Amino acid sequence: MSRVRIVAIVALLALATPLAAPVGVPAQSAPIKIGFLAPLTGPFAQIGKDMVNGNQLYLNEINGQIAGRKIEVIVEDDEGNPATALNKARKLVDQDRIAILTGGMLANVGYALQPYIDAQKIPATFPVIAADDITQRKPAKWIVRTGWATSQPMHPFGDWVLKNTKYRKIAAIGMDYAFGYEIIGGFQQVFEEGGGQIVQRIWAPLNTNDFAPFLAQIRRDADAVLALFTGRLALQFLKQYQEAGLKEKLPLLGGGTLTDETVLPQMGDEAMGVITALHYSQALDNPTNVKFNKAFEASAGKIASYYSEATYTNARWIVEAIKAAGGKVEDRDAMLAALRRVDLKETARGPLKVDDFGNPIQNIYIRKVERVGGRLQNTVIATYPAVSQFWKYKPDEYMKRPLYSRDYPACKSCP
Amino acid sequence: MNRAILLGIGALVAAAAVAPALPSYPLTLLTQVAIMAVLAMSLDILLGYTGLPSLGHAAYFGAAAYAVGILATERQAGFLTCLVAGVLLATVTAALFGLIAIRATGTYFLMITLALGMVVWGLAFRWVSLTKGDNGIAGVPRPELPLPWSLSAPLPFFYFALVATALAWAALGTLARSPFGLTLKGIRESETRMRALGYDVWLHKYLAFVISGAFAGFAGVLWAWYNGFVSPVDVQLVTSVETLLMVALGGPGTLAGPALGAAMIVFLKNFVSVYTKRWLLILGAVYIGVILWAPRGVLGALRSQR
Repeated sequence: MSRVRIVAIVALLALATPLAAPVGVPAQSAPIKIGFLAPLTGPFAQIGKDMVNGNQLYLNEINGQIAGRKIEVIVEDDEGNPATALNKARKLVDQDRIAILTGGMLANVGYALQPYIDAQKIPATFPVIAADDITQRKPAKWIVRTGWATSQPMHPFGDWVLKNTKYRKIAAIGMDYAFGYEIIGGFQQVFEEGGGQIVQRIWAPLNTNDFAPFLAQIRRDADAVLALFTGRLALQFLKQYQEAGLKEKLPLLGGGTLTDETVLPQMGDEAMGVITALHYSQALDNPTNVKFNKAFEASAGKIASYYSEATYTNARWIVEAIKAAGGKVEDRDAMLAALRRVDLKETARGPLKVDDFGNPIQNIYIRKVERVGGRLQNTVIATYPAVSQFWKYKPDEYMKRPLYSRDYPACKSCP
Repeated sequence: MNRAILLGIGALVAAAAVAPALPSYPLTLLTQVAIMAVLAMSLDILLGYTGLPSLGHAAYFGAAAYAVGILATERQAGFLTCLVAGVLLATVTAALFGLIAIRATGTYFLMITLALGMVVWGLAFRWVSLTKGDNGIAGVPRPELPLPWSLSAPLPFFYFALVATALAWAALGTLARSPFGLTLKGIRESETRMRALGYDVWLHKYLAFVISGAFAGFAGVLWAWYNGFVSPVDVQLVTSVETLLMVALGGPGTLAGPALGAAMIVFLKNFVSVYTKRWLLILGAVYIGVILWAPRGVLGALRSQR
């Protein structure tokens, strides 16, 4: 009996502890609180770490202070799980009383957070989450994207391949989820309008362990192959692509994550010569990027990736907006307006400004993997300046088309 | 037995009394506990009472959540339609899967339910035109009820979830104490003896499976409303495993125990992870500790020491 009583008391105490939660002090001198979500456990933990490091690096550069107020970043682990991300966002907004919410990596986390952010009217930025529709067909009022839209680099890439290569028949292979569809779809849209043909679309499941059956399917009469993989799959795909003897026969093109700097240091000859498109390359030769790279390598002990650049520039973006709003982050409407007005002339990835839908207009780089000084890098071989997420289409016409998916654009030239 | 009920009622009343004083974040966590408690209790009917460890419980939970997500966003369906459709879909899924799974016992049952759960996950992931695939279904509205309070605010929704949990608990408790429930316990202890006594063991197990799925579906309906978002994560293996852990942690075969286990896991996850990045380590230590020193769960251990 006494034990039952103890359980009852413990249960009540457990219920009562949240009562002691701190209550925010909204004074002009109080620190500015920024909530930062990143996957710190699970398969994306390394990327989450890059994100946190990039963010911290910029804040250290300004001594964690802006407009006479301290900046306090509260990092929460979202596990790459939308339900957890929602929980943590609630905690950050309700309990920590943050002024700005930022971070997040996966598309489904973005889509889960969007209704919550708009309902809470909390100014938010997405440095990494790239799902097209967050700034297209279902634009979020309170979210400003400081990163990229998935198909944004792929439209100019389609254009570049038409103008600079003789490849007219391309076989595509990608990961079987929204990110893969949007990468391949964006390329296909522009490439086929310009007279090219996607002759095959192969979708490999995310838990693929062996690419041999998929590589066997690739049409040998294609001029080149367009591939999209991330992380472990990118490493494995490139290796098996070379082992299968395809590398000499079918030149490899890819979405930016195929050779991004989170996987590139672990690659060897199999990555040489692969051409990809992204809004950033660690090898970009501008003073801001060189400085950022040096500082990042010194503090994190590894080379920068687009993830760390994203949160580094995102932190700067937020700080510029706070400056423009005179440090009055409590005025949420003004803060949102300031975030949307940010116009950065030079960042590590070139000039940035926001379009009417909340996505940056930025340079897109066509990159080729080369070995420089004994280490692989994404050498920039062409630059498309100030590219919009809608490429050269009118936004309303563009958005009348469906979102790129497993079935759209249809594969007209597939057998 | 009666003490567990008193304890449970005490916890429900205490939660209801304390709720208005809570800030909204702890309140949403309590809401989550209430919903997860329903899911854990539904699994307890299978694991604790019938002795069937299912590793695919997220399938029924997720099927119901998807039914609500799709109906509420694309058809603007109301409270009753969503509730009925969600629970019905979960029940039908369980009725189908039960036909396949009930043939097996022990590890084989575990493996079959695991595989069936993955089938639902695969559908959620790949049937993009219906489920929106990996991106999930966002913006699921909470139902409008003829009440003076809107359920979109945290406090009214918490009371709503609490009442739903109390109802589910009462229903499952009644079931467990009924002759049917006692038969299930008999099957758990000795299937052959029950068969010799003339009980239709297969049918009892099958019905327990379907009922369990229906209540998991009920939890799924609440979950879709609570989160406003449904994605393959809700159907995946991790969710099934976590539910199993809730039951094991709290004490199988007690109903109140799995509810307690749900509360422990939700609070451990959300509070510990705020203070340390190594929260998984702590959670793991708790699991191992419970298995070593309280193999029948927290409530089971308390009971045996009394």
